[in-house]
Amino acid sequence: MTDTMTAPPRKLLPSLPPATVRRPRYARRLIRNLLVALLVAVELAPLAWLLISSFKTQSEFVNDPAWSLPGRWDLNNYADAWTTGHVGLYIRNSLLASVPSLALTIVLGTAAGFALEVMIWRGRHQVLLVFLVGIMVPSQMILLPLFRVYFQSGLSGTMWPLIITYTAVGLPLTVFMMATYFRAVPREMFEAATLDGAGMLTAFWRIGFPVVRNAVLTVALVQFFFIWNDLLVSLTFTTDDELRTIQVGLLNFTGQYGETAYGPLFAAISINVVGALVLYLLINQRIIKGLTAGAVKG
Amino acid sequence: MRSVLGDRRALAVLLGPALLVYTLVMLVPMGWSLGYTFFKGNVIEGFTFGGFGNFEKLWHDSQAHSALWFTFKYAIAVSIGQVLCGYLLALLYVFVLRKSSAVVRTLVFFPVILPTVAVALMFQKLFAVAPQNGLANAALDGLGLHHGDWFASAGGSFVVLVVMDVWRSMGFYGVLIFAGLVDIPDETLESARLDGATGWRLIRHIVLPLSAPVLLSSVVFSINGTLKVFDSVLALTNGGPGSDTTPLTLYMFRTAFSYGDYGYGSTIASLLTVVCLGVTLVIFRFSRRDLTKG
Repeated sequence: MTDTMTAPPRKLLPSLPPATVRRPRYARRLIRNLLVALLVAVELAPLAWLLISSFKTQSEFVNDPAWSLPGRWDLNNYADAWTTGHVGLYIRNSLLASVPSLALTIVLGTAAGFALEVMIWRGRHQVLLVFLVGIMVPSQMILLPLFRVYFQSGLSGTMWPLIITYTAVGLPLTVFMMATYFRAVPREMFEAATLDGAGMLTAFWRIGFPVVRNAVLTVALVQFFFIWNDLLVSLTFTTDDELRTIQVGLLNFTGQYGETAYGPLFAAISINVVGALVLYLLINQRIIKGLTAGAVKG
Repeated sequence: MRSVLGDRRALAVLLGPALLVYTLVMLVPMGWSLGYTFFKGNVIEGFTFGGFGNFEKLWHDSQAHSALWFTFKYAIAVSIGQVLCGYLLALLYVFVLRKSSAVVRTLVFFPVILPTVAVALMFQKLFAVAPQNGLANAALDGLGLHHGDWFASAGGSFVVLVVMDVWRSMGFYGVLIFAGLVDIPDETLESARLDGATGWRLIRHIVLPLSAPVLLSSVVFSINGTLKVFDSVLALTNGGPGSDTTPLTLYMFRTAFSYGDYGYGSTIASLLTVVCLGVTLVIFRFSRRDLTKG
């Protein structure tokens, strides 16, 4: 973080406003470091407090001040959250809902994006616009008819309502983003393939899909976080306790114990946060790069 | 070649499934929901035709008015917070930290991927007063700024809600706008500096106009998301105290699923849809005129 300070003045000076250069260098460094420290503290202090608190006992929650450390660092709260709190079951349910819908959204959405951007036919711009509407219309608009259909067709006691709804809700953005990515691929690639005698289906499987592989990964991540973090759809369609996803389960968590079991509640939230952290450490470069590359630029 | 690029059979195979799912699960229900607005009742009790009764009810319903007002208030406050904090973060990354900003960017981005429910429950405890002061209250006490129960008043709940959602999402807007700022050519900034533009003037006259497109897409993105706010409100305040922090989304959910009024629930959902489409169109219209001028 201090490498700019040791950089040769030749590189440093022209890119700094003269007014700032005139100020003593240590003062500038101090202001900068304080600013960054404050920012990092604001981002991380709540999370650190959450993790530390997840080890406290019930009496420590009631009697000790918020910043005190737990007396013992054992995993009792986590064990309680996992077994009595069913966090493990909720996570399994979330996986059962998100993996199939993610796969469906990506395959269907990428194929549609290809058909709308690479293939040439009348009305394709209109169809893309129709998909675009789906991005703006709030999900509340489709809940009631779907609830009725799922209920009357007997799908309500299964994972299908979630899988079907997540797939459909995820499609508009996926189609739109994939169409945008295909626009950046040189047309000649597909024209050459067709000259060599390949049909459009072959061109999609052998050229189209592999070429946008990185984009597929970015879109899949965006969709995964949307599905995993969703509350509205899962709250509406999981009427059965056994089918609750992690968000609904977490929301109803206090119900498992009554109002006062703070330790297991903090542990359950921490499991979510730590899980996200592990995933984030594996993929953060990819998200930030994808966001940087995919951002709408002028 | 044209005929291959427009091959009907391939088109049906590639586009067909997505279009079918989208039509059956989104387009048809949207129309169906619009149809519900003319009916009273629900699946169990049966439906009766009510003409424009639901729209009349909406017009006079003070709870719907306060939900609409809260939705706007929340969307404006959080959008300003998100985009402003994101812009400041992006300026920090580009002009102050420069090449060493990667670590800070990664840290500040992390809350973006956290589940909203988990974040909301955490903030509930951060700002709690019982059974112990949460960290936020403990820190405020330490600074001599004592504050009572945040969640007992509409104003306090609103503040915590806005702070939470800005905290959660500013890293996202920071990176998004950062991507736009990085695109500004160094030569442009260089020549502006040689002309004597520094600090605030450089940002006001050079950086801000050149980052207008990315700023616009951030605003559209932010408004569209915040008008649909649901999970953070439900998990943090559950719409309370009373119904003081109830947005349209939550009011619709309650009306439809707690009171079993499908017709009126659909009417509220339609209002929300009109608001979302309307606001987006207005922003685009407004900005296109502005951009052609600049």
